[in-house]
Parts: sequence; C-alpha cells; structure tokens
Amino acid sequence: MLFRTRALRTATAIAGTAMIVTLTACSSGGGSGGGGGGADGAVEIEWLVQNGGSTPAMAEAMIAAFEAENDDITVTMQTQPGGTEGDNLMKTKLATGEMSDLFHYNSGSLFQALNPNTTLVDLSDQPWVDDLTEDFVTVVSTDEGIYGAPIGSSFAGAVIYNKPIYEELGLEVPTTWDEFMANNEAIAAAGTAAPIIQTYGDTWTSQLFVLGDYANVNTADPDWAVEYTAGNRKYAEEPAIAGFQHQQDAFDAGFFNEDYASALYDDGIRMIATGEGAHYPILTNALATIQQNYPDNANDVGVFALPADDAANTSITIWQPNAVYIPQTTEGEKLEAAKEFVAFMTSPAGCEVQNETLVPSGPYVTSACSVPDDVPDLIGELQTYFDEEKTAPALEFLSPIKGPNLENITVQVGSGISTAEEGAALYDEDVKKQAQQLGLEGW
Amino acid sequence: MTSTTTAAVPPVAVTGDPARTPKKRGKGGIASAYPTWFYLPAAALYIVFFAVPTFASFYFSLTRWSLFDIEFIGFANFVQFFSEAQLLQGFLNTFAYGFMTSALKVILGLALALLLTSQIIARGYLRSVVFFPVLVSTIGIGITFKVLLDPFGGLVNESLAAIGITGPGWLTDPQWALFSVALIDVWKGVGIACLIYIAGIVAIPTEYFEAAKVDGASAWKSFRSITLPLVRPATATVVILSLIGGLRSFELIWATTRGGPGFTSDVIASVIYKQYQAGFYGLSTAGNVVLFLVVTAIMIPISFLLNRKQVDA
Repeated sequence: MLFRTRALRTATAIAGTAMIVTLTACSSGGGSGGGGGGADGAVEIEWLVQNGGSTPAMAEAMIAAFEAENDDITVTMQTQPGGTEGDNLMKTKLATGEMSDLFHYNSGSLFQALNPNTTLVDLSDQPWVDDLTEDFVTVVSTDEGIYGAPIGSSFAGAVIYNKPIYEELGLEVPTTWDEFMANNEAIAAAGTAAPIIQTYGDTWTSQLFVLGDYANVNTADPDWAVEYTAGNRKYAEEPAIAGFQHQQDAFDAGFFNEDYASALYDDGIRMIATGEGAHYPILTNALATIQQNYPDNANDVGVFALPADDAANTSITIWQPNAVYIPQTTEGEKLEAAKEFVAFMTSPAGCEVQNETLVPSGPYVTSACSVPDDVPDLIGELQTYFDEEKTAPALEFLSPIKGPNLENITVQVGSGISTAEEGAALYDEDVKKQAQQLGLEGW
Repeated sequence: MTSTTTAAVPPVAVTGDPARTPKKRGKGGIASAYPTWFYLPAAALYIVFFAVPTFASFYFSLTRWSLFDIEFIGFANFVQFFSEAQLLQGFLNTFAYGFMTSALKVILGLALALLLTSQIIARGYLRSVVFFPVLVSTIGIGITFKVLLDPFGGLVNESLAAIGITGPGWLTDPQWALFSVALIDVWKGVGIACLIYIAGIVAIPTEYFEAAKVDGASAWKSFRSITLPLVRPATATVVILSLIGGLRSFELIWATTRGGPGFTSDVIASVIYKQYQAGFYGLSTAGNVVLFLVVTAIMIPISFLLNRKQVDA
C-alpha cells in the first residue's frame, strides 16, 4: 500500500516535471522563433478585453503591431463577457488579485466602481498623459491619480437618421421635439419606413431616449449633475423627465417598427442603413458596425442630437471612450512591460491600429491620434456640434450614480407597460439604491 | 430445564435482531457504530462548504458590501428588499408560475401516463419521447424556444399564420410572457410527472379494473373511482416536486425573457440575480435569506402533510 502510494507520487512528479519542461520548451521555442535574440529575457504579459463588437479584433491587431516592434515582450489576449456579467467579473478578479496584467474597461462611473485607488496603478507620470483631453482625464482619474489610457474615439448618443428618406420626403434636420415628431408623422404617412427604430431584444438600446437627452438637461440646468449626485435633483421632475416623456410620446404615437419588442441591435443597424427605418436613437459607434456590414450605405446615415422641447437647449451627448488599466497586482518587469504596451497604444503607431480596426465615431481624446480624412460623413456632422460648443458629457461621466435597472424601466415606458411618470419615479428609487451602495453623502 | 431455556433465549434474540444492538448501546450513551475520526472528513466538508457560507450569508445580508469593503447596516437591506417595487410583482409571478406549472404537470402528466400505460403501438418508444425533454439542458431549451417563439419569422407564429391566426408576441408581449415561459417549463418537465404516474398506474392491481368491468362500470367511472384515488401518492410527489421546481425556477426565465419585457416576468430568483449583477451584493444576499425563509415556510407544512399521508397509507 505504502509502496503503491509512493510509486504513484513519483509518477505524478515525473509527469508534472515532464509537462513543465515541454511547456518551457514550447514557449522559449516560440520566443526565439519570433524575436531572434533575447529569448531568455522575454516578458509575457496578459491583456484582458471584453468580448463583443470590434474590440477583440482591435486587440489582436494591436498586439501584432506591438510585438513587431518589441522582441522582448509577448502579449497574450484574454477575453471575457461584457455587460453587467462582465462588471461583476472585473470586480471579482480585482478583489481576489486574479486580474490580468492589464485590462480594457469602461471609463466614468463603471471605472469609479472598481475602487481605483486601492486596485489600480497610477499612470499620471506617463508621458502620454499630457496628450489627453481634460474631459477624458476626469473620467479615468480620482483625487489620487490618473489610471487609464484611452482606446478608440469618443462617440455620441444621438439620433442616427437615414438620409435618402429625408431627401425623398424633403425633410429638415429637427432641432425641437415638435419638429422631430412632425418629421415622424410625414414618414409614417409616406408608409415606406418605420419612423423610429427601437430594438428591445437588446435591452440596453432602449436607454437612449433618456441617456441621450442628458446634454439637453445639462444645457437647461448646468448644475444638474452635481445636484443629482447630492440627491437634490430627480428624474421625476423637469427637465430630466423629458427623456422618459419623449419615449412614451413616441410609443403612444405608434412610430416604432412593428417588431420593436424583439428586434436586436443588429436588426436596428440593418434597418437604419438600408432605409427600413428613418431614425434610430443609438450610440454613434454603431457606425463601425454599419461600415462593416453595409459598407455601401455608410454615407446614407447622418446624425443629429436628440431634440429638446426648446431648440435653445438642443445639444448632443458625448460618451468618452473605454480605457486600458493596469491592476496593482502587476509588478516588476511585467509592470514595466505593461506600461510600455500602454504607451504604444496611445502612440501614433497605436492610433493607426485604432483607425484601422475601430472606425472612429467621433473626435479622439488624445492629441496623438487624428481622425483620417476618408471617414463617413457622419463624423463631420458630429464635429459641427463640437465647433458650435453644443455638447455635454453623458451623465455617467459627471456623476458616479447610474441606476442598474434603467434599461428595464425604459423598456417598460417604451412598450406602454408604464407611463413616463411611473418609470421616472421607479428610476429615482433605483438611483437611490446605487447611491447608498456607493456610500455617498445625503442619501 | 425451564431455567436454561429462559437463560438461552435473550442472547439468541439479540443476535437474531441486529438492529436492536446499536439502539441498546445508544441508550447507554456509547454513541454509534463508528469512531469519531471516521466522521471528521465529512464534517470538515460540511463546515467549509455548507455551514460557513450559510452563516456568512446571514452576516453579509446585514451589510452593504462592494467586494472591496463592507459596512454593517443592520436590517436596512431587508427594509430595502421589501420596499422594492419589482419584489411584489416577483412574488406574485413566482407563485403564479409555481402553481400554474404544477397544476398543468399534474393534469398533462396523468393524461399522458394513462395513454402510455394503455395497449398502444410503440409504447416504449413513445414513453422515451415524452421523457426526452427532461434530459435536455434548460438553457438550451430556453434559447431554442426563443427562436421558435420569435414573433416575426419564428416557427410557431409562421405556422399559425399559415392557418390564418396571428400569433401574439409570446415572449415579448407583457400579457403573454410569463404564461409562455410556464408552458415551456411544462413541456420540459411533464416527462418526470408522466414517469411517476406511469409507475403509480402500473402498480394498481388489474383485478380492480376487472372487477369494475364485471360490475359494468364505465371507463370514466373506473378512472374516477380506481385510478385517481390509487395514484394519490404519485400525485403528492408530482405536486411537491413541481412546486419546488416552480418556486425556484430561474434558468428558463433567464434564458428566454430575462424577466422582461420590463419586469413583467420577473420571479424572486431573477430579482435577486439582477441585484447581484448590479453589484448590490449585500442586498441580493438579503434576498437569498428571504427566499430561504419563504421556501422553508412553504415546504415544512407540505412535507409534514406528505409524511402524514404516508403513515396513513
């Protein structure tokens, strides 16, 4: 018995050693094959990105470009799901010290929820920080440091519209809600396309009426975000209730595509690109998908801000790009390698990769990158809002509080299950829970 | 002679009835058949994997917990949980779902069992076909039905359209969503109910039916007076199993509607899961404690009832 156990142990040990030897042989073989010299000093780092959209393709291209320039660093890509499941995974990995050497994640309120001061490496001493726009720096920093480097361009939450339909019916870009509804009326009367596309099969897309209206709220009441964080402003009151109200009005008027309840984001992209629908309130990074799936229609779409009731308030809501962060568990030469990789991403060479793999959907937030000349027209239309200074950041970049149930509430309002008032009041409750969870004062 | 017999009897009785030996020893306080160390591995596993998490969850339900730090807030989570607007809806939906699936499984399970115990062709094959959905993964079924029930281009509504009926948005219409999911659950789970009923029906002695036939009883009469009363234990089992299954249902609802549209098909488990997803770890733990208490409160009387029935039988 004793002998057998011992034999078993020895066998296991031998097998284990053999495996390690094989693995080492493999990796060093790969290293020297790729990099020529310096195989011994190769540092391996791991980069975690969230699945979905064009992110993994961008990550692969970025890694290839970086490794071509750096023989001594090998980067492997890890993927995980996005969405709320992804949020939990990120937090769990950081809390348990299992995070990859660097990771790609949202900026703004989701970044704040990672408890950056105790989990992330401060990058404020890095040379590329000086190139960043002030708006971006605020959404990846705390009082104690700057933690993220931008990947991709900024983008807007606005109405993407189908230009051929507008030309055919002789419509003008609306600047007030009433003009917008009049356009919808005309499109409905023409009967060839759905006036407004909604895609509640992917619930997150239902939030745009509310989230994309924030720039209008901000113009009407510049203190709104600060007061909201302090618990003094509510969605159930003017001016913020307008977003919910508009969604209800659009539903009540019957302007949605008939399959709004089950359609998916990809269906919405198809409809707006091919003219099955006229308006789609969505994020402008949809442009990347349009260009990928319907390249011939990329210039058939334009953009305008979700109109406010008063034309003077109509402005466009801007989202900041996601960023790359380094957790505090990355140390020593891996930390150096990770920093080098981050610097590469924000360098002109990295920008080139971003331009190729992620279609810019708005201005870049670092002066190191610039939008190429051959982008679709939509980007130019977006730029005019910047030139006229009619932009404001989305609320999630001005306040740490975003209620997690908004997408379900806006589906309710947008399907006639509840009214705008009920929806807004329910969301205020949701916001309160989040504020308490964050431990904010005054809730 | 007599004295030897009486003296000899007790040892024989003891060895003849081994069950009595530990009992007698137990009375004397010498405990059980195994030494204490024999229990240690199981006890360690129990403590690490069951006792500690259970008590930890009671503690965490009293905190505001963000994975990074913990703040003790007393019963605030429970207050919050009960003031949640979705919660009442969630409870109602859970009970509606539990009772609806349970009732349908009893009715359909019994009907199918009657069919599958009769003298029909390919009985064995048909039995396995009824049981087959039980073997398929719930998530797989949910995703499949999401495609089948798609209001535009889904097989079900296309088929209905072919005979001139406009089908509803099964999973997207707030009036239908919960009902549709319940029907899918019944389709998936009726095989178990049917199996239990088949066992129950087969166990009824055929003499009863023969006697009833001789007395001129109709088919309905012998079903009412023989089959139905005699499969009562089977009915109790089916009700309990499907009710427990219905009350803690989650995967199917999550795979088909995610509690939507809005909150119209949310059940307690999906409300709790959404709170966990949102990062309200303390709050969702409080929800689990509540769910634990509710399920216990429902199951103790039911299992008491069942045990009494078994004694009666």
